[in-house]
Amino acid sequence: MTTIAREFVQQWLVGLGRGTLLVWETVCSIFSRKPTWRDVLHQMYFIGVKSQSVVLITGAFTGMVLCAQTYFQFHKVKMDTATLAVVAVAMGSELGPVLTSLMVAGRVGAAVTAELGTMKVTEQIDALRTLAAHPIDYLVVPRFLAMFLVMPLLTAESICIGITAAYLIGVYLLGIDPTYIWYNMLRYAGATDMLTGIIKAFVFGAIIIIVSCDKGLNCPQGAEGVGQATTESVVYASISILISNFFLTMLLNRILGS
Amino acid sequence: MIEVRDLKKSFASHCVLNGVNFQINRGEAVVIIGSSGGGKSVLLKHLIALLQPDSGDVFIEGQNITKMNERQLIDVRRKFGMLFQSAALFDSMTVEENVGFMLRREGKCTDKEISDAVAEVLDMVELDGTQDKKPAELSGGMRKRVGLARAVIYKPEILLYDEPTTGLDPIVSDSIDQLIAKVVQQLKVTSIAVTHDMRSAKRISQRILMLHEGKIYADMSTEQIFQSQDPVIYRFVNGIADVKHIVL
Repeated sequence: MTTIAREFVQQWLVGLGRGTLLVWETVCSIFSRKPTWRDVLHQMYFIGVKSQSVVLITGAFTGMVLCAQTYFQFHKVKMDTATLAVVAVAMGSELGPVLTSLMVAGRVGAAVTAELGTMKVTEQIDALRTLAAHPIDYLVVPRFLAMFLVMPLLTAESICIGITAAYLIGVYLLGIDPTYIWYNMLRYAGATDMLTGIIKAFVFGAIIIIVSCDKGLNCPQGAEGVGQATTESVVYASISILISNFFLTMLLNRILGS
Repeated sequence: MIEVRDLKKSFASHCVLNGVNFQINRGEAVVIIGSSGGGKSVLLKHLIALLQPDSGDVFIEGQNITKMNERQLIDVRRKFGMLFQSAALFDSMTVEENVGFMLRREGKCTDKEISDAVAEVLDMVELDGTQDKKPAELSGGMRKRVGLARAVIYKPEILLYDEPTTGLDPIVSDSIDQLIAKVVQQLKVTSIAVTHDMRSAKRISQRILMLHEGKIYADMSTEQIFQSQDPVIYRFVNGIADVKHIVL
């Protein structure tokens, strides 16, 4: 048991160290070399446009179910019109960024790890190096920049769709007064809640891309290795998002004072 | 000039290279032979610093590349072209994008110049007209030819070939050998190939290094290797299994 725990901690520390070095090299590369914007644009399309269906469905149904559950409880104490305020705060600061990030980690993170892992095992990354291209500059930087730009937009989109869906469900299905539900939302949900969500999205986006690139670039040999790296990438990115979310909530609450 | 000094490399407890020493002069065509799993590809990858040794040094034109970081190695690697065993073409790109990759990355040529250079090298490897194909649409021999075109387009000083004919039929192997010989002759490059295909070794080398039990066992001209009566060399060259190693 002690050996297993020691190995787990050792692996975790090695991964953390490797991730930190990858962040450092990526940031150095961004500021010291001109990124290839064509590649960044391509990655933005892959991460942003191709994630639309996932993000829209996640945002809409989360907003809808949150609205319904909140209404069922609030209705008992005649607080129906506060439903959308709760939905807006929850979607803006927590559910929007977290659920969007988890979905993107599953879709984009897995794809990035599988792609880089396959490149590693088929010697394409070695071929890149022989062609005097640094794998960080060519493979990591465009994905990092694209994720950094796209993730907040996806999160904002998810929040908007969630609130809109909740409004429609609340007003047209549950019969809440549209004026008061809207008034209470504007009164209790502030810009700080949305800002919290957007800041979290930047951090979660960075976590997803660093974890997935690290797992891909250090993928073990063979098809099994690629599969293992892909699974680990999604699991580690998801866990990191959930853990960091707690600390970010505490930190941002103190800084922004929401 | 390439110089390898006391190179050692192990994977876990398995010692692959155990003190390798040799020199290769500019313009030489050298083949490294040895049994499968004997460390030939590992040795080749050390020459371009794709692997770091446990100890020992590799000098390229007097520069010790084992002490360099990945950024410093970028300049050194511009001198090299490498053909991988699996060709290692970028499967998300077309043949034209693969072959013109380095020129496009350098950003010094116009699209027209890159396109012309790609057509020229593809013509040299007899694959002109395949620019728009994806690697998945090519046969094994064609992929190796594209890999070769990608390695020579920027006119490197040193060309490395990792098992250039492995997995190909004898006729395609012969055409690849002829191509390698043509490239060496036309571009006047230093050529280092790793193979266990003795027919191929004979056709593309002036000098042969034999790697055996982690060390350079023989360093001779191609003719000397094929005439050698040393039992280890003789058995390898003529493909005769050691009776002790035959398990019925």
